[in-house]
Amino acid sequence: MKSATLSIKDLHKSFADNEVLKGIDLDAHKGDVISILGASGSGKSTLLRCVNLLETPSSGEIRVNGELIEMKQDKKRGAVPASIKQVERIRSRLAMVFQSFNLWSHMTVLENVIEAPVHVLGVPKKEAIVKAEAILQRVGLHERKNNFPGQLSGGQQQRVAIARALAVEPEVMLFDEPTSALDPELVGEVLSVMRGLAEEGRTMLVVTHEMAFARDVSNKVLFLHEGLVEEQGKPEVIFENPSSERFKQFISSVY
Amino acid sequence: MDLSIIVNQYSLYLNGLWTTIWLVALSLLLGLFIAVPAGILRSSNNWFVKGPIWFYMYFFRGTPLLIQLFIIYYGSAQFDALRESWLWEYFQEAWFCALLAFTLNTGAYTAEIVRGVIGTMDKGELEAAKAYGMSAWQTLRRITLPNSLRRALPAYSNEIIFMIHGSAIAGVVTIVDITGAARVVNARYYAPFEAYFAAGLLYMCLTFSVIYLFKKLEASYLQQ
Repeated sequence: MKSATLSIKDLHKSFADNEVLKGIDLDAHKGDVISILGASGSGKSTLLRCVNLLETPSSGEIRVNGELIEMKQDKKRGAVPASIKQVERIRSRLAMVFQSFNLWSHMTVLENVIEAPVHVLGVPKKEAIVKAEAILQRVGLHERKNNFPGQLSGGQQQRVAIARALAVEPEVMLFDEPTSALDPELVGEVLSVMRGLAEEGRTMLVVTHEMAFARDVSNKVLFLHEGLVEEQGKPEVIFENPSSERFKQFISSVY
Repeated sequence: MDLSIIVNQYSLYLNGLWTTIWLVALSLLLGLFIAVPAGILRSSNNWFVKGPIWFYMYFFRGTPLLIQLFIIYYGSAQFDALRESWLWEYFQEAWFCALLAFTLNTGAYTAEIVRGVIGTMDKGELEAAKAYGMSAWQTLRRITLPNSLRRALPAYSNEIIFMIHGSAIAGVVTIVDITGAARVVNARYYAPFEAYFAAGLLYMCLTFSVIYLFKKLEASYLQQ
């Protein structure tokens, strides 16, 4: 069997004395769409941010396409990446979509989308522009390519952020509550773009509160509770027949 | 009021205007080369880096420009080592001392502006740069500086205006800038109102040009 695109083993993360992740295992294979659910404080965002080392895991293993992210022990700071170069290279193969979009505000929409391909991956600018225009077309924002992020609605900004992510042809797309900062009427446009990505076989890790997305679009659901995986499986199985009492409560509370 | 004095002496004023312009423009330009690195390194964690910068910024922001000019112009002669070095040729020149004082002064103020705008850089945008694999240097060059320097425009236009007005003290050390020209005219005709009023008008024209220019710059760079 082919090795997982992303493989996490026994991941722990503490902030000072507060242990947020208490040993998480997760494998994502090519084309997997994994929804990560949980109440606030369950560690789901921290888990996602550990994958691209925005948070440094306290212990455990992360492999991207089989390549282990090397860690070393620092006397003062605890576990730190052994090679920042390796981390940067791996980050450039992943892409993150943030809750608050985090588009670069001094760049136009098009510049945002070509920035990482041109300046991190070294794609020729002309080539990057052609591709970026096609991606913007597909998220429905081609006519806004020369606008600045501040001139767009939240939903449009998030679609640009998704275009920025697609432009690096990532191994895995990480979504950190991509619809939580949006007005309710704007959630739909973002979810429909994400649904399209899932259908074309992108590998996605999605931290979300959108139960419908988790149930209908993802092929695997992870429910975190206090830093541990409390329930996991295919959505049609665990939503119909949750084995965990907490997950049962969680579903009924959000519906 | 006798406007013919000003009309007769217009070439003196124009020369003064030119002196003020190049003196201030060159100070501002050189000051930027100090301010940007100093403003960035001011937030360093290393005391050997940020300590000297802290001292530099506090000294030049904490004392009047006139005192700084006096220290450089009159005070430098006290140091034998300086008098014997090749630098002395420059320190004897009023224009050099004024340029040095103005450069160091605007460098310190501008460094504070740079430090401020970098400190208020959106954390999310920095995180995005990280998440897409940018190195610290790339993040600084591609994200932090272009973003921050745009936001510095309004404060920096103020700094330029302060420098234009502050440069009036160059006249004190024999430089014939706009104020210097007005002093000469006043000495010749004993017509202080006309002499300084003309100088005031010239400073006003310079100031309004800067305001106009920055309005244009802000319109094209801060629309986002």
